[in-house]
Amino acid sequence: MLKSVREPPTPAPPAYRSLLTAYAYLSTMTIVQTEPSTDTPLTIGGRSFRSRLMVGTGKYRDNGEMVRAIEASGAEIVTVAVRRVDLDRTKDEGILHHLSPDQHFLLANTAGCYTADEAVRYARLAREAGFNEFVKLEVIGDRETLLPDTEGLLTAARELAAEGFKVLAYTNDDLITALRLEDAGCAAVMPLASPIGSGLGLLNPYGIRTIKRRLSVPVIVDAGVGTASDACLTMEQGVDGILMNTALAEARDPVAMAAGMRLAVEAGRHAFLAGRMPRREVAMPSTPSAGMLE
Amino acid sequence: MTEIEIMVNGEPRLVPVPATAADLLRQLGLDPRTVVVELNRKIVRRPQLSDTPLAEGDAVELVHFVGGG
Repeated sequence: MLKSVREPPTPAPPAYRSLLTAYAYLSTMTIVQTEPSTDTPLTIGGRSFRSRLMVGTGKYRDNGEMVRAIEASGAEIVTVAVRRVDLDRTKDEGILHHLSPDQHFLLANTAGCYTADEAVRYARLAREAGFNEFVKLEVIGDRETLLPDTEGLLTAARELAAEGFKVLAYTNDDLITALRLEDAGCAAVMPLASPIGSGLGLLNPYGIRTIKRRLSVPVIVDAGVGTASDACLTMEQGVDGILMNTALAEARDPVAMAAGMRLAVEAGRHAFLAGRMPRREVAMPSTPSAGMLE
Repeated sequence: MTEIEIMVNGEPRLVPVPATAADLLRQLGLDPRTVVVELNRKIVRRPQLSDTPLAEGDAVELVHFVGGG
């Protein structure tokens, strides 16, 4: 954009300054007003977490922006992936150069795995590289939709649970698969809102609600959330949390979107715990009809 | 000095022998605290790196954490 000659030289454009002010205001607000008073912390595999928002670390334009977005999101659980070290340029490439395992709970995924064996191999490498026995298990069945291979997923989940892993299994919105994953020993089940990276939002609220109602382990919606209203609507279904990546990384301003998502997840959680009013097909006046003038 | 050819992350590489997995990391300038070594599909735990000799034809995978969702 061309710089206007009439504009006085300022350290940052006015819009940016007001956004910063907004962040400062929002962060004070969320500190004062954190969890709903009747809420319990989110507990997965014996570990408790304050934040119900989990974020990924992929696809950010740069690492500095990623770190600021994670901070603005308030997320404790942060996902990472296992990949070959690039032997041609090893400097500053690993995510641990930017994220401290002391500040975040690093949850390794098995993204990109298409068979149970491959996913188990990646999970073992992740446990060796990492700092905990938690793994976000993905066994993908189709390259176009990235929908899960539920058969491979169940096989890998059983094997990893038997090896002592705390498995958080990425799955579709099918109740039967979710129930089987719970039976397989998963620490949490992660049904999708819509396909990974699609940003299509919550396509099957009924399916997600049903899974939440029928499972005992935490239900974390993973993938498909595109904007704050999607996150809020998803939390209103009563699920225990949301994991997102692309919604932040591909936002025009990932840091601002992260702040919005943090509030949306809290808002949806508050609304769910509050219990919404019934839906009616007719209007009902909010103002008393008694006492009207003759 | 004798060399052996091993595969590292899918690429052939000549390594002077005798060499251990720890020597390979040193040669590549990698910090063993941030890298996991898999030798012929079996994970080599960090304390064992310097006791794990490499032999001709070995397949080594060196992995670490990167960004992901």
